[in-house]
Amino acid sequence: MTTTPEKTGLVNVTIDGIQISVPKDTLVIRAAEQIGVQVPRFCDHPLLAPVGACRQCLVDIPDAGNGKPIPKPQASCTLPVAEGMVVQTQVTSPVADKAQQGIMEFLLINHPLDCPVCDKGGECPLQNQAMSNGRGETRFDGVKRTFPKPIALSPQVLLDRERCIVCQRCTRFTDEIAGDPFIALIERGAQQQIGVADDAPFLSYFSGNTIQICPVGALTSAEYRFRSRPFDLVSTPSVAEHDSCGAAIRVDHRRGKVMRRLAGNDAEVNEEWISDKDRFAFHYARQPDRLSHPMVREDGELRPASWSEAFAVAARGLRAAGSSAVLTGGRVTAEDAYAYSKFARVALGTNDIDFRARPHSAEEADFLTSFVPLSNEVEYADLETASVVVLAGLEPEDEAASIFLRLRKASKAKTRIVAVAPFTTRGLQKMNGRLIPTVPGEEADALRALADDGETALDAGGVILVGERLAQSHGALTAALELARTTGARLAWVPRRAGDRGAVETGCLPTLLPGGRPVADAGARVDAATAWGTGSLPDTAGRDGNAIIAALAKGQLGGLVIGGVDPRDTSDPAATLAAIDFAQFVVSLELRLTEVAARADVVFPVAPVTDKAGTFITWEGRPRPFEAVLANPASLPDLRILAGIAEELGSPLGFRTPHDVRAEMESMGPWDGARAPLGPVKEKKAGRTKARAFVLSSWKHLLDLGSMQDGDAHLAATARAAVARVNPAAYDALFGMLGEPATATLTGDRGSVTLPVEVGDLPDGVVWVPANSAGRGVLADLASPGSSVTIKGARR
Amino acid sequence: MDMLTPVLTDNWGQDRAWTLAAYEKQGGYAAMKKALTPEYGGPDAIIQAVKDSGLRGRGGAGFPTGMKWGFIPQDNPKPKYLVVNADESEPGTCKDIPLMMASPHTLVEGVIISSFAIRANHAFIYVRGEVLHVIRRLQHAVQEAYLAGHLGKDINGTGYDLDIVVHAGAGAYICGEETALLEGLEGRRGQPRLRPPFPAVAGLYASPTVINNTESIASVPSIIANGADWFASMGTEKSKGFGIFSLSGHITKPGQYEAPLGITLRELVDLAGGMRAGHQLKFWTPGGSSTPLLTDEHLDVPLDFEGVAAAGSMLGTRALQLFDETTCVVRAVLRWTEFYKHESCGKCTPCREGTWWLVQTLARLEKGEGSEADLDLLLDQCDNILGRSFCALADGAVSPISSSIKYFRDEYLAHLRHGGCPLDPAASTVFASHGAPA
Repeated sequence: MTTTPEKTGLVNVTIDGIQISVPKDTLVIRAAEQIGVQVPRFCDHPLLAPVGACRQCLVDIPDAGNGKPIPKPQASCTLPVAEGMVVQTQVTSPVADKAQQGIMEFLLINHPLDCPVCDKGGECPLQNQAMSNGRGETRFDGVKRTFPKPIALSPQVLLDRERCIVCQRCTRFTDEIAGDPFIALIERGAQQQIGVADDAPFLSYFSGNTIQICPVGALTSAEYRFRSRPFDLVSTPSVAEHDSCGAAIRVDHRRGKVMRRLAGNDAEVNEEWISDKDRFAFHYARQPDRLSHPMVREDGELRPASWSEAFAVAARGLRAAGSSAVLTGGRVTAEDAYAYSKFARVALGTNDIDFRARPHSAEEADFLTSFVPLSNEVEYADLETASVVVLAGLEPEDEAASIFLRLRKASKAKTRIVAVAPFTTRGLQKMNGRLIPTVPGEEADALRALADDGETALDAGGVILVGERLAQSHGALTAALELARTTGARLAWVPRRAGDRGAVETGCLPTLLPGGRPVADAGARVDAATAWGTGSLPDTAGRDGNAIIAALAKGQLGGLVIGGVDPRDTSDPAATLAAIDFAQFVVSLELRLTEVAARADVVFPVAPVTDKAGTFITWEGRPRPFEAVLANPASLPDLRILAGIAEELGSPLGFRTPHDVRAEMESMGPWDGARAPLGPVKEKKAGRTKARAFVLSSWKHLLDLGSMQDGDAHLAATARAAVARVNPAAYDALFGMLGEPATATLTGDRGSVTLPVEVGDLPDGVVWVPANSAGRGVLADLASPGSSVTIKGARR
Repeated sequence: MDMLTPVLTDNWGQDRAWTLAAYEKQGGYAAMKKALTPEYGGPDAIIQAVKDSGLRGRGGAGFPTGMKWGFIPQDNPKPKYLVVNADESEPGTCKDIPLMMASPHTLVEGVIISSFAIRANHAFIYVRGEVLHVIRRLQHAVQEAYLAGHLGKDINGTGYDLDIVVHAGAGAYICGEETALLEGLEGRRGQPRLRPPFPAVAGLYASPTVINNTESIASVPSIIANGADWFASMGTEKSKGFGIFSLSGHITKPGQYEAPLGITLRELVDLAGGMRAGHQLKFWTPGGSSTPLLTDEHLDVPLDFEGVAAAGSMLGTRALQLFDETTCVVRAVLRWTEFYKHESCGKCTPCREGTWWLVQTLARLEKGEGSEADLDLLLDQCDNILGRSFCALADGAVSPISSSIKYFRDEYLAHLRHGGCPLDPAASTVFASHGAPA
């Protein structure tokens, strides 16, 4: 698993009279930190390459380790320790102290005195270090450098150039970490500034990190600029809810309202970086359609109801509806997922439960039941030590941002990245990765071929990351397991949503009980029933999500408990909505008045992640617990609502709070018996590709029309454009006579969409479109990925 | 005229000296042929000869050239590069550009021998972009050398391959700093690089690279032709050989004077016909504006690396700018400081912000505003810049200020007393009427 770096020889140095041993190549500025001396710094950042630009961290070196002094003060951020070196920082050296004060004075002569209105004021390294390492009074009474302010580097990131001390942290981050060098130094001397090309705005998924690491108030976000002062904010650590990466975040709030989010520092997970989605997409919880009270349907209309009435009505309705099922999206916490899982089994007496609010398959259910629970073969750190990482059905930059940054870091060292994908994405380019061009549906063949591919050279030092989209490709998950078995490479499943992995672990599947207990295993059922103190549990595998929708539509199921499911994400959005309409009784647990809530018979408002404690399980299998950020009595966690209904049904769940559930999960523990075996993969249905049709490939952009990004127009404006991609040959054939720019009208079995066209290195007969960047999304408007569509060209 | 030792400048007066024909007629490329024949002893023998000659870098710092070549790790499998620093931009310095203008083949021949010595097959000449005429002449000389078989594949049948690229800079003083030059050569923003790694280990395209000044490389053919002992017989104990001394300013015959290191300014002024008629030397720079200025009390300082250092300055590029008593030292220093402010690359704080502030402080003093305390403030600013910056540009920027206050504090104070400059600015100009009052 995680390897600790080898201790390659320690070096003895003396800093301010204190002897210390540090690893070879440690920079003096870090060695000083270890004895508790904070040398002031601006350009230095532990995750960026040293640059030595600001000169703030000058220290005196009376002995460089060779018995001789270095005549001039040295920048401690670029100087590695040497055996026997003697360092004097500002604490013991008047020379170093004066050098630092001198640099600080230079930094301040052109810096505006707008701290009282600057967003950074109160948490500003320049302000703080000017206090600790600068002079109280200015000696400069000349003319300060000014610039027109501010300029927009992107719709979200603004630059006040006169505040900038050109430490280059932002440009180094975009170049070294994100691989999006849209901003760069321009001009020279005192006019040197951060610049952006007129026709290439700073559209990086990671742009917000530059704001956070800016040591002055030069970079601000349009979203937070002038909104609050740092000393008015309360900071609460939390975990990002937008993907399965479990990035540590810090939520800053004021009077019950989240004002901003920052990256937390977790070396094992997200280091110090988060995506712009994790940073800026939090306004969804404060939209006008946020539910504030339970509602019950009376005479065809939803009306407000008390909690107790709603519990009673829900229980009565479900009892009357006969057989009922549970659909829970992948957004809920592990505690909430556990509650759904237990509710289905104990209160409804059914295994008809599925968290997969997306296209899924029986093969995937098998994979999730037998392989995924309790697995933790791969961690973030392993990506850096892997010889090769194979990506299949996963576009990390869009679908798992923290993985992308870790893979990019790894690829800059020695890890090779290989992607089984339809085309070379920008993310793959930035990871210097190799594409194995694959037509959607043929991933299984591509994965099988990798076993003997000398160039990929996959062996026990390699890692295979499979995305949830691989479920849409027949035989691919099985082939990935087989590839891992034959090569010895380690395999991990990377879902898109924060709650997906937790839902697997807690048994929100028709074939799985909590803790990896297979429904098909009598011993596991007894084990769970004993833990829950019930007589017995349903012993046959339940219906999966698609089957639940079908059964509801046919009247075989009467009731539905549904929480956090967007019908547009499901295999067949129209069928899902129709089934909800047709169902005898629907209980909806929702944050906002969604399409589902509007159709339900009882609607319960649930707490957003800020209002409750919970745990997300990362793709690695790492639990990421968090506590409530805000106290809001008006919204309850899903588990409390399910407990309320279950009590009315006469089958109490035995918990009421997330902490109760955590304790119960702990005492229940993981299943130590045999895993469910993988079932045989059914024969592939003979595909009938229409003549002159294209196979549809699709995934979601990181930033798109997802409802959890609602409310931040600046963030939305940085999203990548919705375009259709075909290969140059197809482009020429379809659009060549039209002249550029052209638009494509794609027609599938659910409708047509019209998008601008770009070319890419796609295989013949494949078209790619983003899944949710236009209209109601690909599944609702066009066709199911993997099916065939036709394309017509037109002049734009 | 006995003190002059024309070697590099020897052929400058010949008819069409810049052509291959003229150069070869006076023995050009013989040193190259000698160095490339196996009998000479191969690359190591050349490096040894340059080491023995005692040649020190002519770009200002005076690092021994042969030792620099010896730093190139020959077990490194990457290609080796020779880069000639012809970005001559230091105020007052005008030796490399006349040399390339008058006799570009001297440089080309030196590049061939030097590249062969360090086992490079690619050499770059980075020429200051503003001197288009020089670039054209150099390009033409390189073309002539190719056509004559002195460059390209299998040079003169020796089996040695060398290509020379003449690269025009884009107009930045900082690109004379060797690592900024490499950045510029690679097509990046011209800002100095973090060292280590040093260019000898990871220079151009992260490969072992030797960077030498034009005059250093141009001196190599003469060392090969006449022997290390011949070269070492000139100059002083630790500063061997000859160099071009560029005299400019209030001197009767400004120009290039090639003489052994160790010659004094008094001797050079005599050679150049004395100061402007009727005037006396007031202050001078020994090696361009970034070397602390000296006064008439330093007329007998030997102009070698040690002698000038002992006088509190640096030999630098031997750009001797001479100013007579009509010149306002505050004004001269302000002009230089404005230059450094304009040319600061912006990378590091003390240079970027410090030069911005220095100009404002000096400008006020020149106008006679402020108080004597401002002089101390100015010196403290210099103290906070000198040795604190990323590269030596800022060190050069403060040299004229601190040295001028050292020697001419009274003149600064006179500005304050006078409420402005006490001198007539017209008197220092070339169009000043003869004998204009000081």
